[in-house]
Amino acid sequence: MSEEEKKPPVRPKPAAKKPEPKPLPPSPKQPVMDALATTLKEKFGESAVMEGYINQPNDHLCTLIISRENWLPVLQFLRDEHSTPFDYLQNASAIDYETHLEVVFHLHSLEKKEMIAVKVRLDHENAELPSSTALFPAANWNEREMFDLMGITFTGHPDLKRILLPDDWVGHPLRKDYVAFDKEV
Amino acid sequence: MIRTEEMLLNVGPQHPSTHGVLRLLVKVDGERIVEAEPVIGYLHRGTEKLAEDLSYTQIIPYTDRMDYLSAMTNNYAIVHATEKLMGLEIPERAEFLRVIVMELNRVASHLVWMGTYLLDIGAMSPFLYAFRDREQILDLFNELCGARLTYNYMRVGGVKWDAPAGWIKKVEQFTTYMQKQIKEYHDLVTGNEIFIGRTKGIGSYDQQTAIRYALSGANLRVTGLNWDLRKDAPYSIYERFAFEVPVGEDGDLYQKYLCRMKEIDESLKIVAQAVGEFPSEGKIMGKVPRVLRVPEGEVYVGIESPRGELGCHIVSKGKDKPWRLKFRRPSFYNLQILPILLKDENLSNLVAILGGIDIVLGEVDG
Repeated sequence: MSEEEKKPPVRPKPAAKKPEPKPLPPSPKQPVMDALATTLKEKFGESAVMEGYINQPNDHLCTLIISRENWLPVLQFLRDEHSTPFDYLQNASAIDYETHLEVVFHLHSLEKKEMIAVKVRLDHENAELPSSTALFPAANWNEREMFDLMGITFTGHPDLKRILLPDDWVGHPLRKDYVAFDKEV
Repeated sequence: MIRTEEMLLNVGPQHPSTHGVLRLLVKVDGERIVEAEPVIGYLHRGTEKLAEDLSYTQIIPYTDRMDYLSAMTNNYAIVHATEKLMGLEIPERAEFLRVIVMELNRVASHLVWMGTYLLDIGAMSPFLYAFRDREQILDLFNELCGARLTYNYMRVGGVKWDAPAGWIKKVEQFTTYMQKQIKEYHDLVTGNEIFIGRTKGIGSYDQQTAIRYALSGANLRVTGLNWDLRKDAPYSIYERFAFEVPVGEDGDLYQKYLCRMKEIDESLKIVAQAVGEFPSEGKIMGKVPRVLRVPEGEVYVGIESPRGELGCHIVSKGKDKPWRLKFRRPSFYNLQILPILLKDENLSNLVAILGGIDIVLGEVDG
């Protein structure tokens, strides 16, 4: 046998290919999600719910994207009228996706031990949202924080001013286009 | 006729009774508080912004500096959220170590609260007792991970250090010792007439208010609501342990004190059970890639820190750094109710009510 025959033929390595994301199995929460989306659409019109999906890694969290016009009515409905009253504001956060801004409220029903995420999308230039302080007093400082760090104006807020940064600060640090004054820090 | 005039009183930011750098603008009419406005942000370090330029492992030490009285639970919040998004399996031994250190940290945190709170309202000696006992917990932590306050102990996938030889035995001894000490505290403080006079019926609020203001932890449970994330949204291995959730009735300061003292008891019960069932061997780190790339997605998890619901919201774009990281800091939410509680209250109750909320300014300011 010659030297060449002994060696197994060297195969070129297959080009690194991204594995196709497997389609997720249907979530057990899907009926809950569908019912909720249908109720909201019936009550506030077809355009009220822009998107609804289930965040599977996060314990099948129902996530709704609400149109800006219906933001407050939907929150009120979820708090007071829905069969599962989401009356506890667990977390409020804002995210800069570069294409748009997003405000997300994580609401909890202490009675039924259910959780839901409600989102609303905003433009960078016209980042305005009606304040939900009257519904959730807990949102007061949250909205001030979002105003301070993300530059979202909440109309109708009782005391909208910076909360964590000094009053004379320029810019909103959590925006992705924010330029830090001192790069070293 | 005697006329009184409204006066603006500035409390803090540097004042021992504000537990850090909280500033209060208090409008007083004689001794009555007309209006109180908290001013915060003196300790803002921009953790959330800094985290956007850090890898997931690098963020962990930053969380130590938020709630610096209970850094273990902070560590766990970020680590747990990351693990959830990555779908990682954690070895059993690591979970046990996590539960033990988190519960010990809860005891230490409540001891600091108890000591400083009584100091606030004029009792010196409980402070010394509380710090003596807390020191033992810090020594245990020091032996485990080499730090007394900023532990940087947990990692995505497990914990950094295994328990040294004899450590578990020491924890067991401490648990027995501490359970006896609690009795001493009750003898010293709980029945004290002055303490009862300063706290009973003061600063109370109802359940509806607590929910509207999204209070959590002892501040919520004191109104009679049984809500503890260790029971109601179980994480880690808490489901394996038997413990109770202490609740109050009418939400006054005395009940808050009782709630927190009982929580120490319950935490010690959990530690005792965890030490008893501690696996004799096993790994402390799960299978984790060297560079953590968290799959694209979003996750929010809340855990029960000594001060309430500590949440971590991660938005990932599949990189090794988070796109956006947000902490739901319980002190930040709990402090919001202060103006309501202080309205029309006597000025001498200001410090008692503020202390009862149990804030840590590192956490309020983030």
